[in-house]
Amino acid sequence: MRIDVMKTYKLFINGSFPRSESGRVYEVKDAKGKFLANPCLGSRKDLRESVVAARTAHHGWSSATAFNRGQVLYRVAEIMQGRSDQFVAEIIAQEGATPISAKTQVQSAIDTWVWYAGWCDKIDSISGSTNPVSGPYYNFSIPESLGVVAIFADAKPSLLNLVASLAPIIASGNTAILIANEKNPLCAITLAECISTSDVPAGVVNVLTGKFDQFISWAGAHMDIDGIDATGVSKGELTELKELGAENLKRIYSFSELQSTKRMTNFMEVKTVWHPIGI
Amino acid sequence: MNKFEYAPAPESAALVDIKSQYGLFMNGKFIAAKAGKTFTTINPATEEVLAKIAYAELADVNLAVTSARNAFTKVWSKMPPAERGKYLFRIARILQERSREFAVLETLDNGKPIRETRDTDIPLAAAHFFYHAGWADKLSYAGHGANPKPYGVAAQIIPWNFPMLMLAWKIAPALATGNTVVLKPAETTPLTALLFAEVCQQAGLPAGVVNIITGDGATGSHLVNHPDVDKVAFTGSTGVGKAIAKAIAGTKKSATLELGGKGANIVFEDAAIDEAVEGIVNGIFFNQGHVCCAGSRLLIQENVQDEVLEKLKNRMNLIRIGNPMDKNTDLGAINSAAQLSRIKDLADSGDIEGAMRWSPNCTLPSSGFWYAPTIFTGVSQSHRIAREEIFGPVLSVLTFRTPQEAIDKANNTPYGLSAGVWSDKGSRILWTAKRLRAGVIWANTFNKFDPASPFGGYKESGWGREGGRHGLSGYLKGQY
Repeated sequence: MRIDVMKTYKLFINGSFPRSESGRVYEVKDAKGKFLANPCLGSRKDLRESVVAARTAHHGWSSATAFNRGQVLYRVAEIMQGRSDQFVAEIIAQEGATPISAKTQVQSAIDTWVWYAGWCDKIDSISGSTNPVSGPYYNFSIPESLGVVAIFADAKPSLLNLVASLAPIIASGNTAILIANEKNPLCAITLAECISTSDVPAGVVNVLTGKFDQFISWAGAHMDIDGIDATGVSKGELTELKELGAENLKRIYSFSELQSTKRMTNFMEVKTVWHPIGI
Repeated sequence: MNKFEYAPAPESAALVDIKSQYGLFMNGKFIAAKAGKTFTTINPATEEVLAKIAYAELADVNLAVTSARNAFTKVWSKMPPAERGKYLFRIARILQERSREFAVLETLDNGKPIRETRDTDIPLAAAHFFYHAGWADKLSYAGHGANPKPYGVAAQIIPWNFPMLMLAWKIAPALATGNTVVLKPAETTPLTALLFAEVCQQAGLPAGVVNIITGDGATGSHLVNHPDVDKVAFTGSTGVGKAIAKAIAGTKKSATLELGGKGANIVFEDAAIDEAVEGIVNGIFFNQGHVCCAGSRLLIQENVQDEVLEKLKNRMNLIRIGNPMDKNTDLGAINSAAQLSRIKDLADSGDIEGAMRWSPNCTLPSSGFWYAPTIFTGVSQSHRIAREEIFGPVLSVLTFRTPQEAIDKANNTPYGLSAGVWSDKGSRILWTAKRLRAGVIWANTFNKFDPASPFGGYKESGWGREGGRHGLSGYLKGQY
């Protein structure tokens, strides 16, 4: 008889897997009430360090060529494909999903990476423009990444919702702090492990686990977070996020469609450049 | 050098017929405020009272929103888009016809030079209506989905710096996308909005599609918080913008916000200096510096600082300050006593914090609100005059050595509305433009506006864009 090796689920900050600075964990049980894991109870300091990592990584990631970003996103899909079984097992345990629906979810998540990978070098053409102004000026508008975006993803389907939020945000050149859903956090950590082996530069994606309500007040009030994907929060939590976020006019949005260009463009800023035409 | 003296060339105030009293415009008619309260609007260049204006309170705001809602459900949302567009075309044409009247009225109420209202504000306002008129029946081509829908009733609050132009930026896209509006002009500059109400009547615009209510911040707050408002569009200070964002946090209201700025105007050593100096002057002294996208922080590459400053001071000596109605005037009156005192307070902080002040020798009129064009040199990034929006003719001059230092200083602000770049080298301009965190970059030019060109800010300069294809999204459901 062999005893299985259990996994320690850790945070993912700036390309490494530290335990929480708080030294605390919380218990997650499977759908049948059996012990699953002790993920980290992420602290405010963990969030702050993630923001620093994400901010530092933003310049390099947003100025990487779109073709390069597309290849990196596609690489995440490749790595996830190889680890499908692990995701399927976690989804079955966490969500109480059937093997078939868990497998479908993993496949959809992988295909979502592929969909957004292909958008990296196209979104600018679709959402930018040249503008026919009345005068001798060349005038064009291009979308640029917003900066650092925090993500509160929905509990179910856990993996697919994570990917549907994360992929578009980094496809458009933002860096991200993914707050794993409190109830179903395991896929988020496994996703971080895929990301860390997919040529995604350190700091571009950071993953935290812990209490949703705490992260909502910390992230909402953090002055160096530019945007929030609030798809996974309740109505009351959304109000709190928006009230706190007003202090630095965070861009806060929720989405219903899994694949949508709005998931990219809402976290982009349009820059318009004028230059005279002459000799 | 001999100074050229210009003979007075005043525009005639008689071109416009100002009534002694104005009501609120709702449901197609002018009516008195329910409680009968009024306030006055004055000419800031002379402090003469121009007219008595109705003061809208909660009951009046409720009526205006009801009027807009009825017009939306009963008329405007049912009208074929092409017909909606034709009303906007009509408005654009009437504005062009009556542009001289509008220019005079704007100058009287706002204090800005007639040259600017005549050549910029009013023609651009008309152009905005003409541009958006064409969008009304082409929205499915705008990249916002196959069948984009309006929100319903838009609450719009505009500032005093470009009263008529801001009205056009707000009303034209709202109507083109099929919304109806309640617009509140600024307390100190309500007259052109009220004249615009007459244009709506002349154009035969269905009653209630455009409602204009006058008042102060309390009126605006009632409007923003009205439960039957679907969309809020605000241009003004970042402080009020944040308060609006907070106020609508728990509601379904969507908002676009055009807020403050502290634009960097970067002059590289290889720039065409004479042209750059013209751009600097236009960047900060256009409209007395009452411009959210003003180039209020001048960043000069250190080795050309002396040359740029000498030429800038020579150029500033030629700025003509005085009667805004004179066609030769470059710099008009500060819009209000309150604004003048804010400018004085911030500029005085520049003296106190150790920056060096310079203004040309000029005589300011004895009545009205005036501030001489001013530059501060030796400004450091921590000075209030380098951080806070002055919204007046006051320029802070900083220097840099390397392009990266210019970028770091330019981006060292919570604002991100505009920036300027002056250089003769294309690759350097694009390198700089790419790194500046601002929504509008003027390269070898400054303060250019066009209805086809999206305008709006990064960071705390606001949410969304106005103008161009991108500006439509702020008035279409589900885009944000």
